[in-house]
Amino acid sequence: MVDLAPAADVAAQEPAPRIASPLPLTESFAARATLVGLALLFLVVFLILPLVVVFAEAFRRGIGAYFAALVEPAALAAIRLTLMTALIVVPLNAAFGIAAAWAITKFEFPAKNLLITLIDLPFSVSPVIGGMVFVLLFGLQGLFGPWLDARGITIVFAVPGIIIATLFVTLPFVARELIPLMQKQGTQQEEAALMLGANGWQMLLRVTLPNIKWGLLYGILLCNGRAMGEFGAVAVVSGHIIGRTNTMPLHVEVLYNDYAFAAAFAVASLLTLMALATLALKVWLEWRAGPRLARTRLH
Amino acid sequence: MAAVRSLRQQTVIPGFGLTLGITLSYLGLIVILPLCVMFFRAADAGWVKFWAELSSPRTLAAFRVSFGIACLAAFINAIFGSVVAWVLVRYEFPGRRLVDSLIDLPFALPTAVAGIALTSLYSAHGWLGQPLAAVGVKAAFTPVGILIALVFVGLPFVVRTVEPVLLDFDRELEESAAMLGASRPSILWRVVFPPLLPAVMTGFTLAFARAVGEYGSVIFIAGNVPGYSEIVPLLIVVKLEQFDYAGATVIATLMLVASFVLLLAVNLLQAWTRRRQGG
Repeated sequence: MVDLAPAADVAAQEPAPRIASPLPLTESFAARATLVGLALLFLVVFLILPLVVVFAEAFRRGIGAYFAALVEPAALAAIRLTLMTALIVVPLNAAFGIAAAWAITKFEFPAKNLLITLIDLPFSVSPVIGGMVFVLLFGLQGLFGPWLDARGITIVFAVPGIIIATLFVTLPFVARELIPLMQKQGTQQEEAALMLGANGWQMLLRVTLPNIKWGLLYGILLCNGRAMGEFGAVAVVSGHIIGRTNTMPLHVEVLYNDYAFAAAFAVASLLTLMALATLALKVWLEWRAGPRLARTRLH
Repeated sequence: MAAVRSLRQQTVIPGFGLTLGITLSYLGLIVILPLCVMFFRAADAGWVKFWAELSSPRTLAAFRVSFGIACLAAFINAIFGSVVAWVLVRYEFPGRRLVDSLIDLPFALPTAVAGIALTSLYSAHGWLGQPLAAVGVKAAFTPVGILIALVFVGLPFVVRTVEPVLLDFDRELEESAAMLGASRPSILWRVVFPPLLPAVMTGFTLAFARAVGEYGSVIFIAGNVPGYSEIVPLLIVVKLEQFDYAGATVIATLMLVASFVLLLAVNLLQAWTRRRQGG
């Protein structure tokens, strides 16, 4: 204690060294508050207000009108078609995703990067083009149109067209999630299972699937959200036949263009709840799976 | 089969033929074949049709509107997205985690819902349309409306590309700069900003590519006046509804080519930026 006193005196006599002043490691309070305020203002205007306006418009005519719009036959048919589409599309694209990720991550073969790029292609093509290609293939003036028509099969302006256009648009989701994840996991565990006498299917069900389960669920969640909400591609192939080929997003459009705003927003509010549930599940999966998810968050 | 076997490394893992077969046939049937048919239909249309579309004022105006406004929207997202990412990573404030999980809303919300919500918000009687109209800005049913919709759909891209780079950022660099006497603005500009730039540009590119092809959220708010607020995807739909398949495929092909050229240019620019920074 006694030793320290002179040193302190010396320090007091000398001009304060630069190091004693706080280093500029963060912005001033005013700058921080301005940036936070700017970011929040931007997000409120572009994210929160659109979200709030959906529910405000949906309930504008009261709760009775809200539920009446949802149980109307055309709305129920749209809900059924949307659920059915998702129920067919999501398992198919999930199976494709697992197969593609398996082939790409467990084996070496030429032009692998080209294959990955091609799998990503539906994300970089306008959804309108995604619908149009199937009109060109299966429409009456399309490549297979006359052949299908002679056999009484309709794909475009019917449910099969909606399903196939949704398959196109949502094809990359599961594969994209699984490829980086399985690349990171390598092949050792599968090799060990085979050495211990498992056959191919046992290895898939008992080793691979448990390892990729969180990534798979994540991909399925995003794929489902898009499959239920897809608009552009489906609008081109559907023909908007009320009660038959109208999915929920298309039904929203039909109601809105008929100036049935409250009903349009009522159906839209169901889709919004689906989107919010997707976001909540996504946060839960990220928290639950932690580092067992591949960090590629750009869908 | 033997040829396929010899292509891959020797491994004990089964299922190569099966999974690659499924992958190639599924991808071929759903994506490659349909897109090839589109290109063949466009080629079938011939140069005369290409030239007719390329010189049609309506098509040219749609391309100007789509690419111009998509670029502006991506630029706005590059600036505000970087600010949002910075605020979310570096500052603590109430509701930060909630805000962070809401960033992905434009990915999850169906585009038709976004379209009618934004239209209602920015129409002359809407919550934001009214104050804007008071200062003389007509947002809905004009190109300004298209810009608003495209900012919405592109919002998550820049935030989600910049966030991980900021999280991994070595703060010792900022400390060293501070020890050497740099002021905070100078540290932000000279130390923090340069390594973030490639991520910002990647986000810009992704937001731009998404905005060019966007349809659902735009058509409600745009007003869709040919030559003024009509976007290319809508023009394709209009041509299809008129059974002008040749016109639709030609415009779709031009749009794909134009987007790929632009994306390539941005990627080259990015590679150049990385090289200049030495890694």
